Amino acid sequence: MIDTSLPAAREVARRAHEDPYRLGHRDHGAGPVEGAGHGETGPARKRIIVGYGFWIFLLSDIVMFACFFAAFAVERNATAGGPVMSELVEMPRVGWETAALLLSSYTCGLSFAATNARSKLWTQVFLIITGLLGLAFVLMELSEFIGLASRGITPQRSGFLSAFFGLVGLHGLHVTLAGVWLATMLAQVQVKGFRPEIVHRLICFNLFWHALDIVWIGIFTIVYLIGAIT
Amino acid sequence: MFGKLTWSAIPWEQPIPLITSLVVVLILLGVLALVTVKRWWPYLWREWITSVDHKRIGVMYCLLGVVMLIRGFADAIMMRSQQALAIGTSQGYLPPEHYDQVFSAHGTIMIFFGAMPLVIGFMNFLTPLQLGVRDVAFPTLNSVSFWLTASGALLVNISLFVGEFARTGWLPYPPLSESTYSPGVGVDYYLWAVQISGIGTLMTGINFVTTILKMRCPGMSYMRMPMFTWTAFAASLLIVAVFPILTATLAMLSLDRFFGWHFFTNDLGGNPMMFVNLIWAWGHPEVYILVLPAFGIFSEVFSTFSGKPLFGYRSMVMATLFICVVSMMVWLHHFFTMGAGPAVNAFFGIASSVIAVGTGVKIYNWIFTMYGGRVRFSVPMLWSLGFIFTFVIGGMTGVMLAVPPADFLVHNSMFLVAHFHNVIVGGVVFALMAGIDFWFPKAFGFRLHEGWGKTAFWFAFVGFWVTFAPLYVLGLLGMTRRLQHINFPQWTPWLYMSVVGVGILILGVISQVVQLVVSIRDREKLRDVTGDPWDGRSLEWATPSPAPFFNFAVMPNVEGEEAYWGIKLRAIETQRLGPEPQYEPIEMPVNSVVGFYTAVFATVTGFSLIWQIWWLAAVGLVGAFIGFVVFAWRDVHEYHVPADEVARVDRARRAARLALLERIAEREAST
Repeated sequence: MIDTSLPAAREVARRAHEDPYRLGHRDHGAGPVEGAGHGETGPARKRIIVGYGFWIFLLSDIVMFACFFAAFAVERNATAGGPVMSELVEMPRVGWETAALLLSSYTCGLSFAATNARSKLWTQVFLIITGLLGLAFVLMELSEFIGLASRGITPQRSGFLSAFFGLVGLHGLHVTLAGVWLATMLAQVQVKGFRPEIVHRLICFNLFWHALDIVWIGIFTIVYLIGAIT
Repeated sequence: MFGKLTWSAIPWEQPIPLITSLVVVLILLGVLALVTVKRWWPYLWREWITSVDHKRIGVMYCLLGVVMLIRGFADAIMMRSQQALAIGTSQGYLPPEHYDQVFSAHGTIMIFFGAMPLVIGFMNFLTPLQLGVRDVAFPTLNSVSFWLTASGALLVNISLFVGEFARTGWLPYPPLSESTYSPGVGVDYYLWAVQISGIGTLMTGINFVTTILKMRCPGMSYMRMPMFTWTAFAASLLIVAVFPILTATLAMLSLDRFFGWHFFTNDLGGNPMMFVNLIWAWGHPEVYILVLPAFGIFSEVFSTFSGKPLFGYRSMVMATLFICVVSMMVWLHHFFTMGAGPAVNAFFGIASSVIAVGTGVKIYNWIFTMYGGRVRFSVPMLWSLGFIFTFVIGGMTGVMLAVPPADFLVHNSMFLVAHFHNVIVGGVVFALMAGIDFWFPKAFGFRLHEGWGKTAFWFAFVGFWVTFAPLYVLGLLGMTRRLQHINFPQWTPWLYMSVVGVGILILGVISQVVQLVVSIRDREKLRDVTGDPWDGRSLEWATPSPAPFFNFAVMPNVEGEEAYWGIKLRAIETQRLGPEPQYEPIEMPVNSVVGFYTAVFATVTGFSLIWQIWWLAAVGLVGAFIGFVVFAWRDVHEYHVPADEVARVDRARRAARLALLERIAEREAST
C-alpha cells in the first residue's frame, strides 16, 4: 500500500490513475500494456494516438528548423561586406528573451499539472501567464528586428542576414501561432471544461510549447552565443 | 486592388493554351451540369466530398491521380512531337517560352499530382484494411490532406488559363527561378501549388506513421504485417523526414522572390547550390516514397498470383528499411558536376550503388516467390513481370549514372531522362496499373475486363520501350535534355522512333479507358460476390466487395503471418466458418466538411499569394482560422452503428463465404 500522504507517493498514485499505460515508467520485459498500441495488444486508445501523432508532427517541424539552421551555417560568413553576427547581438535583450521563454515553459508545465488535477481556475491562470510571457518574448524579438532595421540591417542586405532573419523569424512565427492556439484553448477550456478531446488538445499544446523552447535553446546557443563570441 | 492580376494574364493570342483551357472549362461545366441535372449533389456531398472514410479518400486520391496523369501525358505528347518536328530548319509548333512551361508542368504534374496521389491513394485504401482496423488514426486530418492536394492540383491547372506556369523545370533551380530572371508568376504558381499539396502530404505521412505503429488489430505484430503495409510505413517515415525540407526550401525561395531576400541569389552572399542541395535532400527520398509502396504492390501481386507466401518476407522487410535509410544519403548524385571533390563524390557514388543491393534482394525475392508456384498470368501479374524486366534495366543504367566519371559524360543528357523514366514508369506506373486491376473489385465490387487489361499492358510495355530506348541512344550521342529545337539532323531517326513509341502508348491509354468503360457496362457479369476474387492472402480479402464503411464487423484476431490465408485454410479444411461472433455497436467518425473548407481557403490564399493580392490572402487566412475555431467547437466526433446493422452486413458476408466454401468443395470433388 502506498502512503498517499507524501507528495511523491501522491504523484505516483495520480500517475497510475491518470496514465494507465505507465508511459516511460514500465519495467523492462514487463510485456506490452493493453491500450498502448504495443505488440499484439490491438489498437491504442485515443489519448495515446493523439499524443503519438503530435510527437511525429513535432519531429517533422524540427526537421524544418534544421533546414533553416543549415542555411544559417552555410551562409554565416556570406555577409557581402555588410554587418557580421557580433554586430547584431545585444546580450541583455537575448538574455531577457530567453528568460521569458524558459519561464513560460515552466508555467506551461504548471498549467498541465493543474489540468491533471482538473482545476479549471489554475489551468487558466497558468495558461494566461504562459501566454503573456510568450507575448513578451515576441514583442522583445519584434523590437529587436525593428531596431536592426533602423540601422539598415535587413534580410535584403546579405545572404547571412536572410538566413539570420529566416531562422529567428521562423521561431518567432511559431511562438506567435502558438499564442493564437493558446488563446483558442483558453476559450475552449472555459466553455467546455475538461472534456477528453480538450485535454488531448492541451497535451498537444504543451508538447508544442516545450518544443519551441528547445528550438530556442538551439538558436540562443548557435546564433547568439557563438555569434557574440566570434 | 488585384495585385499583379490583369486581363492580359489570360493568353488571348496563344491558341494552344487558350483552346485547351476552353475545352477543359467546357468539360468541367458539362460535368457540373450533369451532376446538377441528375441531382447527384447531395449524394456527392454526403458520400464523397465530406467523407472521412479512408477507402473513399483513397479512391478520390486515385481519381485525382489518374486525371492528372492524363494531363501530364498530354504534355509528354507535345514534347516528343515538338522535338520530332523541330529539327534543322523547321521550328515545330511550340515557341521556346511555351515549350519550357510544358516540360516544367509535365514533371511537376507527374510527380506531385499524378504519381503521389495514386501512391497515397493506395496507402489510404489498403493500410487500415490490411491492418484489420476501421480507419486511420486521424480520419478528418486525412480528408484535409486529400483536399490540400486537390487544391494544389487546381492551382496548377488554373495556371494554364490565368497567367503562366514555371519555365524552370520541375525543380526550380535558382538563380533562374529568382525574380530577376523569372519575373512572371510562373514560378509562384509552382511554389504555392507544391507548397499547399506538400503540407497535405506531410500530414498524410504523420497520419500513417501513427496508424501503422499504434493502430493494428489484436495479434498484428510487426512481423505479421503484409508487405504493402511495411512499404507504406517506410514511405510514411520518409515523408515525415523529408517533406519539411521541401516546405523550408520553397519558403526560402518564396522569401527571395517576394521580398528580395538572398538565400539563393547569385549576388550579396546568396548560395544557389544550397537550394540544389536542399531540394535534392527532399527529392531523392521522394522517388523512394513513390517506389517503395510500388514494391509493396508487386509483393502482394507476386505472392497472390503465384499461390505462395512471399519468399524471404523478413529479408524483404530489412531491404525496405535499408532503402528507407540509405535513400537519405545519396542526394548529391544528382549534381556530381557541382565540384564537391573526389572524396564527396566517391561517398555518394558508393552510397547510390549500394541502394541497388537492397533492390536486388527484392528482385530475387520476387523471382523466388514465383519459383515453384502455380503462376496465374492475370493482368496484375503481367504488369509485375513487365516491371521486373523494365526495372532491372532501369536500375542498371542507374548504377551507371551513380559512377561519378560516367555521370560527368551523360549528366543532364537524354540518357538521364531515359533512366528515370525507366525506373519511374517501369517501377511506379506499372505498379499502379497492376494495383488498380488487383484492388478494383475491393473498391467497386466488380473486376476489370481481362482482355482489355492485357491489351493495355502490351501496348504500354512495347510503347514504353519504343519511346525510351531511343532516348538512351540519343543521350549517348550527346543530346542534352529539354531541347526545344534540334540542330543535328543525324538524330532524326531516333526522335521519330520515339514518337512512334508515344503513338503506341496512346493506344495503351485508350485501351485502359476502354477497359474501364467495358467493365462498367458488363459489371453484372464481372461482379465479385465472394469478396476474394484472386484467392488473396491478406486481411482486405476477408471483407466483402465493396468493403463496408466499417471494414470489419468484428476486429480480426491475427494468429500468424498472412492473416487471411490462415483463416481461409482453416475454413476450407473444416468446411465451415468460425462461430458467429457477438455483434456490438461500432463507433465511427462522423463526416466532416473541414477538408473541403480548408481546400477552398487554401486555394483562395494560394491564388492571391501568387498574384500578390495581399488583402485577399489575409481574408483567406482569417477565414481559415475562423473555420478551425468553429470546427474545434463541435462536440460530436463519432456516432454508433447499431449492432443489428453490423449483424445484417456481416451475415450477408458470411453467407457469401459459405457459398464460396461449397464451390471450392465441389471443384475439389470434381477433380
